[in-house]
Amino acid sequence: MADKKFGAYICKGCGIGERLNIAQLGTVAKREGKMAFVKDHEFLCNQDGVNLIQTDITAGEVTHLMIAGCSKRAKTEAFNFDSVAMSRANLREGVIWVRPNTPDNQETTQEMAEDYVRMACAEVRFMNAPTPSQEQGRTAHILVVGGGVTGMTAALEAAKAGYQVTLVEKSPALGGMAAYLYKRIPNRTPFADPQETGVEELAKQAQSHKRITVHLNAKVTDTSGAPGRFSVTIAKDGSTVTETVGSVIQASGFTPYDATKLPEFAYGKTPDVVDQLGLEKLAKQANGGVIKRPSDGKPVEKVIFIQCAGQRSDKDGHLSYCSGHCCLTSIKQAQYFKAANPNVDTMILYTELRTPGFGGEDFYRSGQEKGVTFTKGVASEVTAGGGKLTVKFKDLILNEDVTDEADLVVLATGMVPVSGVNIEATPEVQATMESVLNLSYRQGKDMPQLVNGFTDSHFICFPYETRRTGIYAAGPVRRPMDMTQAIEDATGATLKAIQALENAALGRAAHPRSGDLSFPRFRKEGCTQCKRCTVECPFGAINEDEKTFPVFNEGRCRRCGTCMGACPVRVISFENYSIDTVGQALKAINVPDELSEKPRILLLACENDTYPALDMVGMNRIEYSAFVRIIPVRCLGSVNTIWITDALNGGYDGIILMGCQKGDNYQCHFVKGSELAHIRMSKIDDTLKQLNLQSERVMTCEIAITDLQRVPQIINEMEATIKRIGLSPFKF
Amino acid sequence: MTEVVATNQTILVVGGGISGMTAALEAAECGKDVILIEKNPSLGGRVAQLYKYFPKMCYPTCGMEINLRRIKANRRLRVITLAEVAGVTGEAGNYTVNLTIAPRYVNENCTACGACGQAVETAFADEYNYGLKQRKGAYLPYAMAYPQRYVLDPRIVGTPEAEKAKAACQYHAIDLNMMAEKVQLTVGAIIWATGWQPFDANKIQPYAYDRNPNVITSVEFERMMEPFGPTGGKILRPSDQKEAKNIAFIQCAGSRDRNYLKHCSRMCCTATLKQTTYVREKYGDAGKSSVYYIDIRAIDRFEDLYQKVKKDPNVTFIKSKVASVTLEKGTGNPVLNGVNTEGYHRYSNPHDLVVLAIGMQPSVDFAKLGIPLTLNESGFIEADPKNGGMFAAGTAADAMDVNRAVQHATASALRAIQVINKVAGVVEA
Repeated sequence: MADKKFGAYICKGCGIGERLNIAQLGTVAKREGKMAFVKDHEFLCNQDGVNLIQTDITAGEVTHLMIAGCSKRAKTEAFNFDSVAMSRANLREGVIWVRPNTPDNQETTQEMAEDYVRMACAEVRFMNAPTPSQEQGRTAHILVVGGGVTGMTAALEAAKAGYQVTLVEKSPALGGMAAYLYKRIPNRTPFADPQETGVEELAKQAQSHKRITVHLNAKVTDTSGAPGRFSVTIAKDGSTVTETVGSVIQASGFTPYDATKLPEFAYGKTPDVVDQLGLEKLAKQANGGVIKRPSDGKPVEKVIFIQCAGQRSDKDGHLSYCSGHCCLTSIKQAQYFKAANPNVDTMILYTELRTPGFGGEDFYRSGQEKGVTFTKGVASEVTAGGGKLTVKFKDLILNEDVTDEADLVVLATGMVPVSGVNIEATPEVQATMESVLNLSYRQGKDMPQLVNGFTDSHFICFPYETRRTGIYAAGPVRRPMDMTQAIEDATGATLKAIQALENAALGRAAHPRSGDLSFPRFRKEGCTQCKRCTVECPFGAINEDEKTFPVFNEGRCRRCGTCMGACPVRVISFENYSIDTVGQALKAINVPDELSEKPRILLLACENDTYPALDMVGMNRIEYSAFVRIIPVRCLGSVNTIWITDALNGGYDGIILMGCQKGDNYQCHFVKGSELAHIRMSKIDDTLKQLNLQSERVMTCEIAITDLQRVPQIINEMEATIKRIGLSPFKF
Repeated sequence: MTEVVATNQTILVVGGGISGMTAALEAAECGKDVILIEKNPSLGGRVAQLYKYFPKMCYPTCGMEINLRRIKANRRLRVITLAEVAGVTGEAGNYTVNLTIAPRYVNENCTACGACGQAVETAFADEYNYGLKQRKGAYLPYAMAYPQRYVLDPRIVGTPEAEKAKAACQYHAIDLNMMAEKVQLTVGAIIWATGWQPFDANKIQPYAYDRNPNVITSVEFERMMEPFGPTGGKILRPSDQKEAKNIAFIQCAGSRDRNYLKHCSRMCCTATLKQTTYVREKYGDAGKSSVYYIDIRAIDRFEDLYQKVKKDPNVTFIKSKVASVTLEKGTGNPVLNGVNTEGYHRYSNPHDLVVLAIGMQPSVDFAKLGIPLTLNESGFIEADPKNGGMFAAGTAADAMDVNRAVQHATASALRAIQVINKVAGVVEA
């Protein structure tokens, strides 16, 4: 980049001009902020104001601009300039809207504004416009692991969009679990009868598509690299092939719950107790004819379906969750019997019948119309004898214990995800697990699991959010689901896989900092190989080389800055966000002397939730202390303790860190950032002790975006605390 | 005049709720040109009106912030608010769409400083709060509203109130001469993310929504929890503004009923489970929730939430389709009458407040609009090849929760991209 040219633009609109001494702010920007020029404008975000800035940029007058006006979240369309570095001083939401407009507050309000100008000037002085990562090119090729309905759908959808696909299936044929089905739950109007599965047709299409390469009897034995440049080794027939792919879809599906764990239901003791897949097998054999029971070939006259067998239960060895599809599957299977002989007695024993949506409810109705009986009850025992099965259950409607007989019992058991190695298990346990992806990541061989072995996202709004960039889980490995849902899920995951490789090609970040071009820069000379960055990266983006130096896989990086926060020797930073951009900003403020009775509080605010909350505090004109100075950070995980030490040494009287909820129910958009910040800050006490400062001076809290009352309260309480314990002795 | 550049390689997304925002963003972040239109003055849709999401009990605005940031950062995505589709002709890869854009009376100069809102006195029922409070005739629909720009209610235009607003604005942002516009676009594919609306509770006559103020809907209950909302975050009975502590939830209010909505609205059970946690959040052990249900459809991993709520001794589950809601004389208490089918016990239970777990129905009648889409009996868009390059996203396709809607919208984005890639010649036609 050519020489840096600094310029400041100060907006006088929205009352800023009336409330603040603009000339004084300009002087501060020039003298202390070292801006080459300062321009003010009545109304900077209008076309005229934007033109003023754009003209200066085009003329080469400015490469680094500081805009003082509204929050950096406001008027982003107006202040949207290419290839310049820009910082914003928040004088509106951050100053005049949170301070009362009274003469006795004028001095502190002006001081607040001047500090924000100093801070924004310091920030931009240490910023550069980021240039994209060049580590990878465009690789329009997707690996799909798993050849069931989910995997085949993903492969076909990607191919239809123009992408090459390698589809790896461990068994000798495509089709997965769905291949065992006689028919499927309908997915189209009229939702009346079981429908052809279409699996053979799907397999044919996948196998014949010119952009899809199918590997059967194959396994992924190694996955390394990053989005845009994954290198995948596939073992098949004793040999291996290596392919380069842009992104990965894991559609490794599920296995049925092992029904032998349910001895009370006589599974394994008599062939006449089957699970749902076992019933599909019988239906396939019958092929539309009368379904016969396995023990003696007698046509089934009465069948009882026991729902939630071994699931929705907290008993040892049972599944705690609901597998979602089983109610509809039993209704479908009951209809197999009814289609061949309407007189067969089909009873579904359930506690909560779950047939959601339009199609689900309609299909349930169809079952009722065909004479399927639904009984609310809980089965306790199935025994075989005398050519009959005896089923004991509690009828919850009649509130009595019932003993019934049947020719066949179908257990609606649950889905168990095939998610590979649980990377949080002990190494010994991990060694017993078969990996799906065999990632050569230092963080483990497979995707992190969320709960019960499923690799789902923890975010309601972002179901495909994943902790391994460019790798997306789809189908029943992500969450229990039926075929209709799996097809949708596969299509969605394919979109994300395409997006990941297209973003990687441009060197851009994936969600949630989509489009961000910055990535970690690392000064190897200073590195002490402590491994904290590699261990703490929530996304497993950083490997280690043979000398245990970190290897930043730029395409895997989500730009949260957790590595920067972790680094004790501060050798990691981003072009536009670094130890200096924040460190210099916080040091730039004017610290009044001890006699002034004006404390200074530093607030490092997560820009995802806390900073928007602060903006809304301003919009609601809720007041808070004039002594606070707020700096937005990408994630609390990016906060390096040097900032805290610097702030304490620099005379701040209190420091607050505000981030998202941590722990099992985390809200942190970077998963671990907030938690790591809390851990790091719990160790700051030593620093405080060394400086002979009280521990109340530093606090870390979890904030939700809706905490519009709590945030100002915490700030004000810190002011009160300082008043109580006195100003910091480190004033200069 | 609104200038919109669109070609047959552009994807049009109709509806700016969570599904539409998602579909638009996911496509745009794949490098496609997208136009997102929304009929209201700001994006966000129904989720912006929720207090919390199940099962995590997190706040919708959190994800909204991320999505808005993505929208602000993406130059391939163009948002047009106050816009509705008047008609569509053409075929996959080449649709002509007629839009009508209603006047906002506020231009890009608006800084959301709020001066116009202070100047205007006339107030109207606040749509964002389902009419539970009033808002000014010049207003920002809600704190997180995007575009962050005020809007003038057309009902004040032509009155001195509008002139007051105009006079208060220092930035020449108020333009009372704005007219409704008609814009024609050429696009390659269309995603219908038109969302849902609550079933009209007045139609469920036995539940007395129209007669007893202490019978409210689940969406209204969400607004009551909002600290800056109509009740300041308190659960207040509309009849006497007393705090309601003994609350009944009636499931399948409109849903699973041939007289109203045939379908199961899928999210109401989990939404009620969530709302029972609101009662606990407000009152601790002093709050009581009674859930009258047919089946608790806490599907897949939502089961955890059900189990958690079931363990709460202050939450009672009664398996019953409530027959009627009557009024207890003197107290204003709604009384629920029916039979608990578990053991067949008749009941007449008074409660402080009744929340109807109101069903979901499509917000747009596509048949009436003359848009050639295959619809099912409930008016949801079916996935049908006959729909050509038009795809449903989210609750336009079926009743579903937010997480599923986002998932579905992501899939829809790919379907639209496949059409565009054919037009672009990336893929053989």
